[in-house]
This record gives sequence, structure tokens and C-alpha cells, in this order.
Amino acid sequence: MAIDILMPALSPTMTEGKIARWLVKEGDAIKSGKVLCEIETDKATMEVEAVDEGTLLKIVVPEGAEGVAVNSVIAALGAKGEVYEQTSRRADEQTRKSTDAVANAPVIDPGCIPGMSPANQTQQISSARLLVCSSADEEKFYSGGTKTMTVREALREAMSEEMRRDPTVFLMGEEVAEYNGAYKVSQGMLDEFGPERVIDTPITEMGFAGLGVGAAFGGLKPIVEFMTMNFSMQAIDHIVNSAAKTLYMSGGQMGCPIVFRGPNGAAARVGAQHSQCFASWYAHIPGLYVLAPWNAADAKGLMKAAIRNPNPVVFLENEIMYGQSFEVPVHDDFVLPIGRAKIERAGKDVTIVAYAIMVGKALQAAEELWKLGIDAEVINLRSIRPLDVETIAASVRKTNRLVSVEESWPFAGIGSEMAALMMEHCFDDLDAPIARVCHKDVPLPYAANLEKLALPQIEDIVAAARGVCNR
Amino acid sequence: MVSKTKSEEQKLRGSGDNSKLSVSEILKMYEDMLLIRRFEERAGQLYGMGLIGGFCHLYIGQEAVVVGIQSAQKPEDSVITAYRDHGHMLACGMEPGGVMAELTGRIGGLSKGKGGSMHMFSREKKFYGGHGIVGAQIPIGAGLGFAHKYLKDGGVNIAYMGDGASNQGQVYEAFNMAALWKLPVVFVIENNQYGMGTSVARHAAGELYKRGAGYDIPGERIDGMDVLAVRKAAMDALEHARSGKGPVLLEMMTYRYRGHSMSDPAKYRTKEELDHVREERDPIERLKGQLLRDYGVKETDLAPIEERVKEECLRAVEFSKESPEPDPSELWTDVLVEA
Repeated sequence: MAIDILMPALSPTMTEGKIARWLVKEGDAIKSGKVLCEIETDKATMEVEAVDEGTLLKIVVPEGAEGVAVNSVIAALGAKGEVYEQTSRRADEQTRKSTDAVANAPVIDPGCIPGMSPANQTQQISSARLLVCSSADEEKFYSGGTKTMTVREALREAMSEEMRRDPTVFLMGEEVAEYNGAYKVSQGMLDEFGPERVIDTPITEMGFAGLGVGAAFGGLKPIVEFMTMNFSMQAIDHIVNSAAKTLYMSGGQMGCPIVFRGPNGAAARVGAQHSQCFASWYAHIPGLYVLAPWNAADAKGLMKAAIRNPNPVVFLENEIMYGQSFEVPVHDDFVLPIGRAKIERAGKDVTIVAYAIMVGKALQAAEELWKLGIDAEVINLRSIRPLDVETIAASVRKTNRLVSVEESWPFAGIGSEMAALMMEHCFDDLDAPIARVCHKDVPLPYAANLEKLALPQIEDIVAAARGVCNR
Repeated sequence: MVSKTKSEEQKLRGSGDNSKLSVSEILKMYEDMLLIRRFEERAGQLYGMGLIGGFCHLYIGQEAVVVGIQSAQKPEDSVITAYRDHGHMLACGMEPGGVMAELTGRIGGLSKGKGGSMHMFSREKKFYGGHGIVGAQIPIGAGLGFAHKYLKDGGVNIAYMGDGASNQGQVYEAFNMAALWKLPVVFVIENNQYGMGTSVARHAAGELYKRGAGYDIPGERIDGMDVLAVRKAAMDALEHARSGKGPVLLEMMTYRYRGHSMSDPAKYRTKEELDHVREERDPIERLKGQLLRDYGVKETDLAPIEERVKEECLRAVEFSKESPEPDPSELWTDVLVEA
């Protein structure tokens, strides 16, 4: 009886990869622990070792194949002399997996979003409605042409461009240099900029965050990477007390031009301590900027703005978004303004505000709502602090309804702030109470089903929007 | 129990080779120490009058540490310390009036009255604060050292901490990186024998000057009540750090005469202990004795210095009372640098 060898997931967020090289051939005797093949993702190259023993009957997916879905059959082992037959079960499974992979891709109307890649444009909705976007001040960048890149590449390009432009900018953090970044964001930067400017630190967040603050006081512009923002809690005293407050405490003498960046919020199946959104924590602090890009254009334009800003900036990335591709302007000075939200999808019935990965979910929810006859306007906040209250309030004055979507917990979250602000700015325009879609008020569970329940899903957004619209 | 015995004091490094110092240079150190002493006495007085609020940590007794080190610095060197910082500011040449007016929360203060006793800075004098969180200044100091090295400006950072702060975890994170990357930093532990009310014997295991040993950071214990010994040790330490050999750790054995802050009656130590230090080890009296005995200086030479210091402190007090409170509009300024 043949044993299937399945495409392994090399990280919690990996959904597909490339088979770079087979190191064995059909008919070879396989012992457990033998390296079978090399798999590449956009983050890393890893070797796949055999777990079971036997003879390699068949290599199902050939060398060089890209986009191989996790858990699909890539080869089969059996007894010596056994003949491999692709069973219908396997064939069915292959088909189902690849369909799932496509179904998991974001479903967004590219007509509205200059940043959408052609790859994702295959997933267009049937609606041929013309959508109108704001962001007039960005048009000049997009009109010069765009190129497709992942969020990861956009971040890397932004940092590299700024490091070329300003010799006082440097990058430090765990594994940023020789390892090329735990999530490969800084891949190749050590080669270009050398060890004086791309610096591997010990695993001591409080120490290197404080060191970064001191370097900023001393005239440099550090980019401090936290492997994930969860670990920034070890360093939060330096972010809040040392970086954010010193300008004020010094009567304006001593600013702190520094960027604290790293993946924020839930990744996938990494449990409670590695899955937390810090947007509302940092947004609470006067003296800090807090930015949360969604797509690659946001990532590039906001990262460049963050590095150029003379203040401390907390830059909240998202691991799941790192590998997703979007269009980014090729303009050599594409910098987005801090404090400006973007209307990603215009609509008239309800306003949905979201940031980071939740923007994609909100856009998908908007398409579901459209099918139900609800025309939702989706606002990508981009900047949490300062918040673009003007754009949000203007939208609410038009739609009279607001749903706030975030990956943070509800209590004292961004949605709470949104509710307070809308009461202050457009109380008389509201036709329904503001609805919040948040992380459930529990630590993030590990079990796949519970994890899904805890995190905001498209259907939660749809339900909330229907609720405020009474439909 | 905590203060060192006579024989232990003798084991501390002595005055060393300060033969190149001129009398006028030593007189300057005397004046700098005296200025800190008189300034702090006035600050204590103003606190009692309700003109200074909140926390106020006086440096009386520890003057030799900062004056000795400052005298060994070069203009390109930077300094950072914690919240017992008035002496450090005066030593690096910041205006006594500006310091006192910050204590009284006036617009003429060095932080426009928005920082207070624990939070004062001078980019011009390369004094980077003034930090209120115990131990947080040490990684920041390592970062200033990092910037000196990155910018190749030849400077060294002097990062001060108390004996209490020397137990903080982030201090060792900073030691590790400073040693690993050979950053030009001189870490100074001002061991005044008490972390607030807890004596060193009760809060710290082992000897503090050895705390860098695991990182190959050379450490030395110095008599911090002997300004000439402090100066000599600082010269060596600064040269070591400046030459690219990495950080140095100096433990300065000193003593604070007042409580931890103004609200501390210091009941955790005996009057005899304090009196012993004041009579036997006072840094100002000690230098005065050396000047009179070894340098041919007369009491009449010192009188004008004492008069000048007194006048300067009185002027600072006057300025700190006369300077107005910050305008209400100042509430909203300096939160962010305008981009």
C-alpha cells in the first residue's frame, strides 16, 4: 500500500510553496531522515526529510513546480516493486486543495484598488459597477505606472531606498542581517549596506529598543525590528517612557526619530502569546505615531514616511500579509502622508472602517453585502494615530452608519475610540448605534476552529453591517 | 555596617597620578563641587518652602563623582544619568538658574517647566538627561555610545546609574551589546550604599564592580569621595573606551547625606553612620584639606570662591522665583516635532 508524501507547511502562515529540487529519484530506497527535496517559499528554503521508509514509487509534483498547495501529494512511497497508481481519492484531493488555495485568496474589486495585482484580479466579483475612490493626492504616483510586489518586498524596498538616501538610517533587530530576517523582510540588506548598518542583536528587546532610542538621541535614525510586536512588550517602557515622552519633557529640545516595526496581530495557529494586536495600546500614547498598512502600496509609502518622520513611529505589519502581492507605484519618491485614511471602496449605505489585514476582510464583506443590496463604503485607516477623523466623519455623514473592524479586543479598543469620536463629530448624523467587530474578548486559542471563532471573520462584518442597516 | 571601614577605604584606589594638574584646575574642581553642594542645599530649602514639588533627589555627598569624571571628559563626550541629576547638569556647565527654574516649574527652566527635577536635557552640552525610570538610561547610554561609534565623532558616553539600578535586567542587556560591539561607553555605578531604603548588602549579591566580568568588561572600584581618584580612574576609563577597546565599568563608592528623595527621613541608617562619613570622608572637606596642605593654597584664597558660589546660587534662586509659570499654551507644544 503506497504512502503519500504531502507538501509540508514550513511556517504557520504558509499556504503554498515551490519544489525547488528533488534530491531523490523514483526507485530510490528511502530511509527515514533522508532529505527528499528542497522547498522554497517567499521566506525561506527548507529541506524535506522522509518520515516513513520504503521505495520512492513516484514523484507526483516535478522539480520547479510553483504554487504547490500545502498538504497536496507530492510523491509516494511503497514496497519495492510496487506499482504506483494515482487513486481517484488522491486526484480529488489535489483538485480540492488547489481550489481551496484560490478560494482563500482575497476577493477584492480591483477596479477600486490601484494596488491590486493582476493575479488577484482573476477573483473579480461579477458586479460591473464603477467604484469611485478618493485618494486624489496619490493619483500622481499611480499615474506614473505601477509594479507588482509583495508587502514584504515593499517594506524592504522602502527601507533600502531610505537607507540609500540617508546614511544615518540603520536597521537593527533579531536575525535581520545574516539570517536575512526571520520573515525575510530584510533579505539582502546586509549585502547591500554591510554590518555597520544592518545589525543582528541579541534576543534582548528591552536592551536593543533602549539602545535604539539612545542612538536616535545621538543623531541617528534607527529602524528597530521586533521579530513580532508581541515581543515589544518587553521593550514597551522604552517606547513609551523613553521615546515618546522625551521631546515634551525636554521642552522641545530632544526628539526621537525612530521606527519600531514588526508583525502585529494574529499570524496562524501560534497561540495566545504570539497573537496580539497592539494598535490601541500604542495609539493611547501622545508623542507616538502608529501606522498600520494593509497592502504593499501602504507598506511602502507609509514606511518611507515613518523613516523620514522626526518622531517615534510604531509600525504595525502583519505576517499573513507579507507574502501577498499588490500594485505599487514605481514613482521614485512615493511617500504616503501620515494621518490620512483611504476610501478603498465607495458606498452609500454603511461605512466600514478597518486597518491592516482587516481591510481585505472588510472589502470582501462589502462584496457580500452588495449581493444583499447593501452598498458599503470601506475605509482603510492606514494611520491609527493620528486618526483621519475628517474622512471617517465625512463618510458617516453620508452613510449614517458605522461598523468598526479590528483585530484588537473590544475593551478600550480602536472601535471604542471610533464610537466616541463619531458621537463627538457627527452624533446627529447617526441612524444606528456604531457596531464593533473585534477579536473576541479571550486570549487567542490554538485549536483551529476556536481560533477562527475568536478572530473577526467576513461573516461577522457582514452581520454587523446588516445589523446597523436593519436588513 | 554598610559604609566601608577605614582599612577597606584604604584598599580603594587612591588619588593616583594627578601630578599634571595645576592648582587652578584643582581649585576649579573644588568650586564645581561646592556649587553642587550649595545649589542642592538651596533646592532643599525651596522644596521646604513649597516652591519645588514632586520628587526631588539631592546629590549632596556625591559631588566628587560627577566633578571628577567631568574634569576628565572631552567636549565630544556625552553624559546620561537617572533622576538624581542636578549635580550632573551643573557639572557639565548648564546654567544654575535654568536648573533651579526647572525645579520650580517655570518657563525659564531648561525644559520650560515641563520636565521637572528628573527630566532635564541639554543637547548643546551633550547632556541627555535626566531619566526617571531606574536603569532605563543604561541602554540609552549604550545607544549614545553606538551613535558616537557610527558617526566616528571620537566621543564616549558616560552612563551613570545608582547601586539600585545596577540590579535591573536591562543594564545587563546593555552591557552585553556594549561589550559585543565594543561601544565607547563608560558605565558608572554611583554606589551611595542605598537603593532608596535598602542597603547594598540587602539588595545586591556580589561586588558591583565585578558585574561586567561575565562580559569581559573591565571593572574597578574607586573611592568616590576622592575627586582626584575619580578623575584619574575616569581618564583611564575614557581612554580605554575611546581607543576602541569597548566599555569600562567604574564603581564609585560614595554616600548621599540626604534621604533618597525629600520625603525620605532615612530611618534605615544611623545618625552615627552619616556623621562618620561627613566627618571622615566628605569630598569637599577632603579636597580643601589637600589644597591647604599640599598645594600651598590659603583659606583666604578659598573665601572668594565660596562667596562666588553663594552669589551664583542666590541668583539661581531669584531667577527660579521670578521666572513666570509656563503659558497655558505650552500644554500643547513639544508633543511632536513638526514634520
